[in-house]
Amino acid sequence: MATSAVLESDVAPVADAWRDAMRRIATEVAGPNAEVADRNGSFPSQTFAALRRDGMLGLMVPKSLGGQELGLRKIADLCAILAGSCGSSGMIYAMHQIKLSSLVAHGMKTEWHRALMRDIASKQLLIASSTTEAGIGGDLRVSNCAVLTDGDRISLTKQATVLSYATEADIILATARRGPESTGSDQVLVALRRDDYELLRTGEWNTLGMRATCSEGFLLTATAAAEQVLPKPFHEIAVQSMLATAHVLWGSVWFGIAADALSRAHASVRATARRMPPNFAGPLPGAARLAEATAKLQAFKSTLVAHIERFETAKRDDDDLNSINFAIEMNNLKVVASTMAVDVVREALMVAGIAGYRNDGPFSVGRHLRDVLSAPLMVANDRILANTAGLVVASRFDSGLE
Amino acid sequence: MRDRVRAIVGSMNLLPVPIDGLSDQDNLFDAGMTSFGSVQLMLAVEEAFDIEFPNNLLTRKTFATIGGLTAAVEQLATVKV
Repeated sequence: MATSAVLESDVAPVADAWRDAMRRIATEVAGPNAEVADRNGSFPSQTFAALRRDGMLGLMVPKSLGGQELGLRKIADLCAILAGSCGSSGMIYAMHQIKLSSLVAHGMKTEWHRALMRDIASKQLLIASSTTEAGIGGDLRVSNCAVLTDGDRISLTKQATVLSYATEADIILATARRGPESTGSDQVLVALRRDDYELLRTGEWNTLGMRATCSEGFLLTATAAAEQVLPKPFHEIAVQSMLATAHVLWGSVWFGIAADALSRAHASVRATARRMPPNFAGPLPGAARLAEATAKLQAFKSTLVAHIERFETAKRDDDDLNSINFAIEMNNLKVVASTMAVDVVREALMVAGIAGYRNDGPFSVGRHLRDVLSAPLMVANDRILANTAGLVVASRFDSGLE
Repeated sequence: MRDRVRAIVGSMNLLPVPIDGLSDQDNLFDAGMTSFGSVQLMLAVEEAFDIEFPNNLLTRKTFATIGGLTAAVEQLATVKV
């Protein structure tokens, strides 16, 4: 069994420079700094300094704008590798990529956003996301705040109750109603640069896990140029790129956490095997459960990879991309991936036993478990299932294997 | 290298027969090494030589004879250096 997260190895036997760079950062920087970042709930600064130094923040940017134009599967693999060493770092990296994917998919026709992407690649800018808002909760598709337009300038005031790593970011992509007269679901997405906004901290982030994402509350006030509003309505951005990318990359982060937890369990079973007499007749403690968990991880990986391919296919056909079935499948990915990830980490804990329950030592999976428990909650599975319930009745039931 | 591998096999009490009676080509499984014993041998060899067996070498054949195992260790140790 591989000892770390692998989403890419089967298709890329040739050494991949970005993958090697991420492995190095994960092992040498993210891993050693993860414990302190987790304990203090502090932003993993060294890790992101290393990611910036190696040019890892602009990999999705098109080559014409100075990036590497990496596809989703490669980005997913990088997220998994980083998350295996530090779940919070992996999640921050994934959130950045999700926002970047919205720019790449919907900002290529506007000069302001093209210039922004050039800067993301050349200056290694970090993007944060502001969707959650007071009075709305986690419903992505409804906003309270509205964009106020005055000539070619706009202003925006948002009670952002959760805004991950806001003070560390260079750019915030914020949702808002199109105007003061618009309904809550008539939203736009605005790209704001650091000079455009002020942040007033209004809430703490003291959580069980994912502590270093620093997802505190802020009052966000911004003034910007009107052209900074992305030209497409937000509901199209959400349906056509953001939701699917988010579910794939979150899933990859959870996969990385689960795979690392299981590799620790694997190491603990090997340590047990070393201590046994050679004529030991078995069964080796933990090995059967390890085997079962390995099967789950394998199914998890297959699910992720299949949905990445599904998304790539849908991207070539607008009707497919906007279809109910595609929405259902991508919703289901989030629910299934988050459930499997928690299962695998819990199994890893059972295999590793007390050594896994400890917060120290090579077999500890405590942080993994705390981090991964956020998976079913970040956009609650219950909310997603309720949304899917509305869609699935209307859809044609897919019973084929094709 | 061959002597070190032989010494490891001998010291682990893997076989019901003395190691000295076996040649480098004799099959260790036929001589009584269990499947679990081969796992332990793998772990002990990894530790002793500070190597990691890649998946393509994790076969019954690799661990079947002292000669075969020595060849695998030599190959991995070379790659490491």
